[in-house]
Amino acid sequence: MKAHLTRRYVFSASHRLHSPKMTAEENLATYGKCNNPHGHGHNYALEVTISGPVDETTGMVCDLVDLDQCVEREVLSRYHLENLNVMKEFAVTVPTTENLCIEIFEILKRGFPRAHLERVRLEETMMNSFEYTGL
Amino acid sequence: MVYLTRKAEFSASHFYHSSEFSAEENRRIFGKCNNPNGHGHNYTLEVTVKGDVDPRSGFVVDLKQLKEIMHREVLDAMDHRFLNKEVPEFLTKIPTTENIAIAVWQRLQPKLDQAQLHRVRVYETPDLFVDFYGEE
Repeated sequence: MKAHLTRRYVFSASHRLHSPKMTAEENLATYGKCNNPHGHGHNYALEVTISGPVDETTGMVCDLVDLDQCVEREVLSRYHLENLNVMKEFAVTVPTTENLCIEIFEILKRGFPRAHLERVRLEETMMNSFEYTGL
Repeated sequence: MVYLTRKAEFSASHFYHSSEFSAEENRRIFGKCNNPNGHGHNYTLEVTVKGDVDPRSGFVVDLKQLKEIMHREVLDAMDHRFLNKEVPEFLTKIPTTENIAIAVWQRLQPKLDQAQLHRVRVYETPDLFVDFYGEE
């Protein structure tokens, strides 16, 4: 029996949306307040969904402690209380929440082989969220 | 096709223990959840059904009827219970959130006639939930 399991985490980080491929005016028109040169921050909520058969003996899809440790090590300790723009993955790529969502999916896909990664969902604020399933 | 979700809450206690593991393995694998005295959660259940909107009623399903089925089949059995000791499924299976979602599906699925069961979601805490979509 296959089940999907979702775990929710929170972290806080700052970013500035600015693309080197656009002029200053275009950046301002595209990103608005998010283009403020000093950056700004969010409390992100991250939902990680994994799937797999429910183990007959343990009744679990995977050990939550393993998942928590992986997310803590690979994602939360990397991004929590950091400025996303200074990180190498966002040296060229704009740290929109779309791109951050994709990056976290790729990190966990590599870092957590114990179950199938179905989806990463990232809430930037209570009013908006982004999902990436690898497709 | 329209999807409709109904929420409900129930509170129950459980503990994790498998007779296939030694006492030491049970403690290592399940940690604090292995305490045989049990511990409790406020579970949130979300039941999603799907179907076409009836042209006369404008409903996918009669919500009152869905609520009654959820109460009769799930909440009456699990609310304010010690799952390991009082719910038949968990006399043999460990009441993990995964197995609770499967048990809820198996209880509801045969009782729904108006709409098709799409998903059962069970929150153990606000930061942990399991989705079951039936046998895929």
